[in-house]
Amino acid sequence: MQFGVVVFPGSNCDRDCFHVVRNILRQPVRYIWHKETKLYGIDCLILPGGFSYGDYLRCGALARFSPLMEEIIKFAHKGGLVIGICNGFQILLESGLLPGAMLRNTNMHFICKQVYIKAENTNTPFTNLCRKNQVLKIPIAHNEGNYYLDVEGLRNLKMNKQIVFRYCNLLGEVNEQSNPNGAVSNIAGIVNRKANVLGMMPHPERSSENELGSLDGFLIFQSIAQWLREKKKIKWSSRKFIEAWD
Amino acid sequence: MLKAEIKITLRKTVADPQGLTVKHALESLGYKGLEEVRIGKLITIKLKSKSAKEAERETGDMCKKLLANPIIEDFKFKIRKR
Repeated sequence: MQFGVVVFPGSNCDRDCFHVVRNILRQPVRYIWHKETKLYGIDCLILPGGFSYGDYLRCGALARFSPLMEEIIKFAHKGGLVIGICNGFQILLESGLLPGAMLRNTNMHFICKQVYIKAENTNTPFTNLCRKNQVLKIPIAHNEGNYYLDVEGLRNLKMNKQIVFRYCNLLGEVNEQSNPNGAVSNIAGIVNRKANVLGMMPHPERSSENELGSLDGFLIFQSIAQWLREKKKIKWSSRKFIEAWD
Repeated sequence: MLKAEIKITLRKTVADPQGLTVKHALESLGYKGLEEVRIGKLITIKLKSKSAKEAERETGDMCKKLLANPIIEDFKFKIRKR
């Protein structure tokens, strides 16, 4: 089972993602520089958070034209697992792998805080270990997380159960007070039709260790590994293999 | 020599929190007659294109491919002599 963390100039959560997969999930992982043109033997790709290309023009707009993106799009169309976190989500939107776009947060502030999100669709490779409607505590850190989609697009998203996470309060109530950034319908994370591509604004890699105040984000990494093992029959890598691979 | 001036604005159906904040600021300065403030981008590109027609085609292409995001933005442009 092998993970890849894509590194764009300006990515800054790449090391956190690498650390969680390598040292907590204990599976092999490698960095993939955005100028590479081939993905070798990767089972799950992580597009990390950060400020790719300084967020110039629009968040994610320039990363979308990195050489590796063509390969990532092919990989996704073939059913490979792709998870975009924060800026990674913005890149997935700009590349058209996920529908919609991001606007500035309605309060015009960069928001960095713990939020609660509700796992509304647990029938995905990324959430299969969550209980239905489980409330997860995972931090956000962004300036453009105000997810926008037109009415018709939203209807399709709901119909196809593509809304995976919605902002809520501790009790799991989805309302305006629990919406930090103005995202339409409190959307915090969505998948594509085939549910092999997930984009989410909250940072699961920042909530995968007790020291950081929450372990809820780790459920997402564990779900991915579980799904790869069950559905794709990809074995957990042994410690020996990981060390040899490093 | 030609120059493209591209104006990118948020679509009418999209809320503009930045414009709203600026409107509040202007109102606190005493300007009362404001109905709406919306903020966009102006991009200028100096072109080496030979004809205005070619410049127009190329600029339209650039807007669609990268400069504007059709989900949330509209674009308009003019080709001028420089």
